[in-house]
Amino acid sequence: MNIHEYQAKQILARFGAPVPKGQPATTPDEAAAAFRALGQPKAVIKVQIHAGGRGKAGGVKIISSAEEAREFAAKHLGNVLVTHQTGPEGRVVRRIYVEEASQIARELYLGMVVDRKAAAVAVIASTEGGMEIEEVASKTPEKIITEPVDPLIGMSGFLARKIAFALGLKDKQVGQFSALLGAVYRTFTETDAALIEINPLVVTADGRVICLDAKISFDDNGLFRHPDIRELRDPNEEDPAETEASKYDLSYVHLDGNIGCMVNGAGLAMATMDIVKYSGAEPANFLDVGGGANAQKVAAAFRILLSDPRVKGVFVNIFGGIMQCDVLASGVVEAAREVKLGVPLVVRMEGTNVDKGKKILAESGIKVITANDMADGARRIVDAIGK
Amino acid sequence: MSILVNKNTRVLTQGITGATGQFHTRTCRDYGTQMVGGVVPGRGGTDFEGIPIFDTVEQARRATGCDATVIYVPPPFAADAILEAIVAGIELVICITEGIPVLDMVKVKHYLNNSKSRLIGPNCPGIITPGECKIGIMPGYIHKPGRIGVVSRSGTLTYEAVHQLTQLGIGQSSCIGIGGDPIVGTTHIDALALFNQDPDTDAVIMIGEIGGTAEEEAAEYIKQNFKKPVVAFIAGQTAPKGRRMGHAGAIISGGRGGAADKIAALKAAGISVAMSPADLGSTMKATLEARRN
Repeated sequence: MNIHEYQAKQILARFGAPVPKGQPATTPDEAAAAFRALGQPKAVIKVQIHAGGRGKAGGVKIISSAEEAREFAAKHLGNVLVTHQTGPEGRVVRRIYVEEASQIARELYLGMVVDRKAAAVAVIASTEGGMEIEEVASKTPEKIITEPVDPLIGMSGFLARKIAFALGLKDKQVGQFSALLGAVYRTFTETDAALIEINPLVVTADGRVICLDAKISFDDNGLFRHPDIRELRDPNEEDPAETEASKYDLSYVHLDGNIGCMVNGAGLAMATMDIVKYSGAEPANFLDVGGGANAQKVAAAFRILLSDPRVKGVFVNIFGGIMQCDVLASGVVEAAREVKLGVPLVVRMEGTNVDKGKKILAESGIKVITANDMADGARRIVDAIGK
Repeated sequence: MSILVNKNTRVLTQGITGATGQFHTRTCRDYGTQMVGGVVPGRGGTDFEGIPIFDTVEQARRATGCDATVIYVPPPFAADAILEAIVAGIELVICITEGIPVLDMVKVKHYLNNSKSRLIGPNCPGIITPGECKIGIMPGYIHKPGRIGVVSRSGTLTYEAVHQLTQLGIGQSSCIGIGGDPIVGTTHIDALALFNQDPDTDAVIMIGEIGGTAEEEAAEYIKQNFKKPVVAFIAGQTAPKGRRMGHAGAIISGGRGGAADKIAALKAAGISVAMSPADLGSTMKATLEARRN
C-alpha cells in the first residue's frame, strides 16, 4: 500500500526524522492559509499524487506569496497531472502540500528495502540524490552503497557512521545523519514498511541534514498490525476494479490487453497471461481467485473482469486442488447469467471434481467453449475473438 | 528414495482444529501419511478424529517422536508457530500459511540459520513423495511415483507440471513447493542440492517466477554443481514492472527480477527452458529421451 508524500513525512517526523514544516490543503483558500501559517518569505508547493516525476511535470513550484499558493492550487486541484510515472492517463490532483523552502547545498539519496538474499532490511544510499536511483544503479553502480542491517542488532552507530562517511558527510552532519538513519530504520520496522525512499535527502546551506522528499510503501501483509496506517489508503489513487477486487479478497491487476483471465493461484495466473501472449493476444488482467473461493467470489471475479470494456473474451483456467471445479462452474454460470455474457468464454478445468464441473457447465445453457489443456484453451480464446 | 519425506516420516499439524488444518490433515492421512499429532494451545488432551492434540509443540514432540510439522496457523501467529517448532527441535517445518508479514520472516530466517531445522515455505503447497508421504495442500491423485524431482515457487503451477508429467507416464521422486514470499526457508538452490544427492532422482523441473534473483542464483549453482538435467519455466513473462502479481515476492522492481533476465541466465547455464507453461512435461520428456540416446 502506498501513501502520499505529506503522510510519509508526518510518519517519519513521528519517529524523529527531520522533515521540513508543512501543511496539506484541498482548496485554494487552504493553500493560501498554509503559506501564511508558515510565516516565511518563500515556500514550496507540491501536488500530492502517488507517482514520482512531479517536478518535471510542473507539479512542484517555489512561491513567495499566499496569492501564488492560491493560483497554483486553483490550477491543479481537480485536474490531471501527467508525469513519466503516471502513464498517459495521468492522475487527478486532489491535494497539495505547502512546506517551508530549503537552501540546498547537497542532494543525497537514502532508501530502505527488504533484501531477500540477506533476509534483512538493507540501506541503499548514494551521493547522487534527486535522480532516478535505477538510472544511477545501471550507469554508475559504484555510486550506490548497500548495507544490510542485522535484525537482532538494529541500526548500530558504526554502521550509520560508515554510511555517513561513504556519503562524504563531515563534522556535525555525521551525527545528524546517524540519528536520521536510526529514525528511518525505526519507522521501517515499526510500521511494517516495504520501501522507504528519501530522494533527495539534503544537506542545507546552514549544514542541516533533512528529508526533502519522502515515499513510503507498506507491506500489505503487515497492515493488520497498523489500523492507523490502513486508514491512509487513498482509493482515488487506485484502479477502481482493483479496489473492488480487494473487497472480495481477490488478487487482481489491471493490464492493457483484451483477454480477461480468471485463474486459481498466482503462479498459474501469471503463466496463463504468458500463454495468452504466446498464442498471439494480450491479457487484460492478472486475476487469482485463490484456493478457498466460493461461487459468490467466483461470480464477483467474473463481474470485475467484464467491467473492463476492452475485454473481448474470457479465459478461465483452473487447476482444482483445494478449489473444486464444480464450485467454480456454479460461480461462472451464476455470473454469466447475471451479466448477460456477450463475449466468448473458454473454460479449461482440471483437478478436484472436474467431471461435476463440466456437467454443470454443459447443462447451464450458457455458450461455453471447453478446452482440453492450457495451450488448447489459449488457442481457442484467441481464435474466438479473432472472428 | 526421495528427498526430505518418505513413508517413515511422522507428522504433526500445528493448527489442527481450524477449517484448513482439519481438511488437509484428513486428506494427508488418507493419502497414507503418518499424521501423529496436533497442536492447539488450550486443547491439549483432546483429539481430532483419533489424532492426539497437545498444548505445545514441545509436548507433542516428546509424546509422538514426530520429525516433521505442518503449519496452518493464521498469519498473525504463524511466525510464532514456526519459531516454536524450531525451538522444539523439529527437523522439518512446513509452513503453508499465506500472508505472513515479511519483517516477521526476517526474524525467523535469522533464527532458522542458527538452528538444526529446515523450513519449507511459508506460502507454499508443501512437499510430497508420491505414494509415500504427502504433507500439504496439493491434490494427491495427480502424482505418480517415479524419478523426476519438482521444485517450484508456485502452488497450482506445480500441479500443472506434475499433471503433465503424469499424463506422459513420467513419475516424480519428490515435489517441493518452496513458496511465493520474498523470504523463504528453503530456496531453489537448497532443494536442488538435495535432488543432486538423491540417487533416485534423474532430472529436475524447476519452476520460478518474476521477482528477486533466486533463479539467477540457481542457474549459477546448476552450472557449477548440478549433475542432472534441469527443465525450467519462469512465470510472469508478460508481467509489467512495479506491479505485484499476487505473490508478495512476484514483483519486478529496481530493474531486477524480470523474466527475460532469468530465462537468459538459465539458458546460459545449459538448462532447457520451456517458453510455454504447457510444454513443461514434453520438454522433460524430450530431455530424458535425448539423454537415453
